[in-house]
Amino acid sequence: MGRIVLEQVTKSFGETQVIPPLDLTIEDGEFAVFVGPSGCGKSTLLRLIAGLEDTTSGKVIIDGEDVTQVSPSKRGLAMVFQTYALYPHMTVRKNIAFPMRMAGIPEDEQNKKIAAAAESLNLTDYLDRKPGQLSGGQRQRVAIGRAIVRDPSAFLFDEPLSNLDAALRVGMRLEISEMHERMKTTMIYVTHDQVEAMTMANKIVVLQAGNIEQVGSPLDLYREPRNLFVAGFIGSPKMNFIEGDEAAKHGAHTIGIRPEHIEVSSDAGTWSGVVGVSEHLGSDTFFHVHDTGLAETITVRAGGEVSFKHGDRIHLTPRQDVIHKFGPDGLRL
Amino acid sequence: MAIVAQTSRAGRISRATFAWIVALIFFFPIFWMVLTSFKTDADAVKPEFLFFFTPTLENYLNMTENYDYWRFATNSVITSVFATLFTLAVGIPCAYAMAFNPSRATKDVLMWMLSTKMLPAAAVLYPMTFLTKNFLGIYDTHFLLIIVLSLINLPIVVWMLFTYFKEIPKEIIEAGKMDGVNTWGEVKEILIPLAWGGIASTALLCFIFCWNEAYWTVRLTTTEAATLSKLIEGNRAPEGLFFGRLSAVSAAAVGPIVVLGWFCQKQLVQGLTFGAVK
Repeated sequence: MGRIVLEQVTKSFGETQVIPPLDLTIEDGEFAVFVGPSGCGKSTLLRLIAGLEDTTSGKVIIDGEDVTQVSPSKRGLAMVFQTYALYPHMTVRKNIAFPMRMAGIPEDEQNKKIAAAAESLNLTDYLDRKPGQLSGGQRQRVAIGRAIVRDPSAFLFDEPLSNLDAALRVGMRLEISEMHERMKTTMIYVTHDQVEAMTMANKIVVLQAGNIEQVGSPLDLYREPRNLFVAGFIGSPKMNFIEGDEAAKHGAHTIGIRPEHIEVSSDAGTWSGVVGVSEHLGSDTFFHVHDTGLAETITVRAGGEVSFKHGDRIHLTPRQDVIHKFGPDGLRL
Repeated sequence: MAIVAQTSRAGRISRATFAWIVALIFFFPIFWMVLTSFKTDADAVKPEFLFFFTPTLENYLNMTENYDYWRFATNSVITSVFATLFTLAVGIPCAYAMAFNPSRATKDVLMWMLSTKMLPAAAVLYPMTFLTKNFLGIYDTHFLLIIVLSLINLPIVVWMLFTYFKEIPKEIIEAGKMDGVNTWGEVKEILIPLAWGGIASTALLCFIFCWNEAYWTVRLTTTEAATLSKLIEGNRAPEGLFFGRLSAVSAAAVGPIVVLGWFCQKQLVQGLTFGAVK
C-alpha cells in the first residue's frame, strides 16, 4: 500500500514561502510525476513527503496515518537521488544490503534479495565493486536496487536521470516504467523534463512557484491544458500562442495551437510566412516560420520528407478542432 | 628558448637553495639541542666545543635515574591520549550537527568558539589555580589536565572536523536517513567511515598540541600529574645553567612527537591544508 495525501501543506524557508497551502492525493500504485521549471518547489514537495524537510504547517498522510512528525526512516518510503547518494566506502553488495541491515533482516534473506535485485538490474557482476568503479548508469541502478530491497510503500525519485547522458536516460526511463508495471508500487517522480513526465506518468502534477497548476493524466494535460502555463510547458516543441485579431476571431484573448496541429503547404493556407531555421530530426522536421503577422515565430511540425529552404514563403493551416482558447486571465475558456 | 630554459633552471636552483637555507635555519636549534644533550654541562657552554667534543650519555642516564623520566612521559601519554579522545567525543557530534543541520546561528557559534582562543591564558591563571586548588581539589591530577587540554583544543578540533564533514555530500546522509538509520547510525555507519582521513589527522594534531602544551601543564601540576613539559621546566635550574642536562630532557620530550609526526606526515599535511584536499 502507498496512498499519499497532502493536506494544506505549506513550507517556508525563513520569510519566503516556497509552498503555499497545497492539497494533493496520490493513489496507491500510481506513477505520479511532479514537473515544473527549476525552482518551482517540486523537489521540496518530494522532500516534504520523504520527511527530509519539515512542513511549516499541514499534514502528510501515508496510508491513513499522519506521518508529519515521523522521521524519514520510519515512513517506509525509499528514495533515489539525482546524485545517486551511494555510500562510497561500501561495495555495491553492501550498499544494497544497507537498508536491510539497518532493519535487522537476517543475512540469508538479505542475500536472496540482493541476488534478485542484482539480477533484475544487471548488477550481478558488479556486486563486489565500489561505486567509484561504476559508470553513472550503473550507479543509478545500484541506487534503485537499494530502494527496491526495502519493499517500500512508495518510491520517491528526485530527478534520477538528470546526470545521465541522453541515450542512457531513455533506457533507464523504460526500465523504471517497466519496474512500475511489474511492482505496482506507488512512485513519485520529480523531473523538469516534460518528456519524462509525459512518457512515464499516470498522473502529472504541474507545478509553478509552489502552486499546483494542474493535475491529470498526460493526455488530459496535453489535450486540455487548464491555463497558458501548462499549455506552454507540456508538449514539445512548445505550443504556439497567438494574441490580437486572430485570437479575437475565435472569441479568445489568446489562442494556442500546437506545432503538430498545423498543416504546411507551399501554395495555399490560412496563414503565410517565411521559413527561418529548419530542424531536421529525420522522422520530423520543425520549421520556425517568421513574418506571419501573428506572433514573432510560429513553430510547425511537418513530416521528415518535407523540405523547405531558409527564406521560402510557405502557407500554414491550423486544425480548427484543436485550437486552444484562453481568456485574458490566462485560463482556458 | 635556451635562455628561457636556463633562467628557469637558475630559478629552480635558487629557489631550492633558498628553501634549504630556510629549512636549515629552522632545524638548527633542534640539531644544536640534540648535540648539546651529548655534552657535559661544562662543555656545553664553551663555543670551541660547538661541533667537536667527546660525546657522553651521562645526561640521559642521569635523567632516567634521578628525574624519573618515565613517570613524566607516562603522564604526558595519559593526558594527551585521553584529552584527544575526549575532544573527539565532544567535537565529532558538535561538528556533525553544525555541518548537516545548520541553523542561522551556526556561523556565529563557530566564530564564538574560535574567539575563545583569543582570550589570553594568563588572564584566567589566577582563578583557575585558585579554584582547582582550594575548591575543587583537582589540582595536579590527570583529570584536570585532560579537561583543560580538551577545552583548549576543542575549538580548533571542531573547526577542522566541520570543514571535513562539509565535504561529505548532504544527500549521502539523507540517503542514510531514508535507509532507516538513526542519528547514531549516521555517525557510525556513514560519517566516521567517510571522514576517517580527516578525523585521523585532526586527532593527530590534537594529540601533538596536547603533548606540547606547556603553559597549563606547568602551572596546574606539581608532581603527580606532571608531564614532560614540566620536566623541562624543572630543569631550567635557577642555581646555574645546566645546558647539557636541559638539552637531554628536551630532546627526550620532543623525541616521541617527532617520530610520530614523521610516520604520519601525509595525514598531517592533509590536516593542515584543511579542505584543500578532496
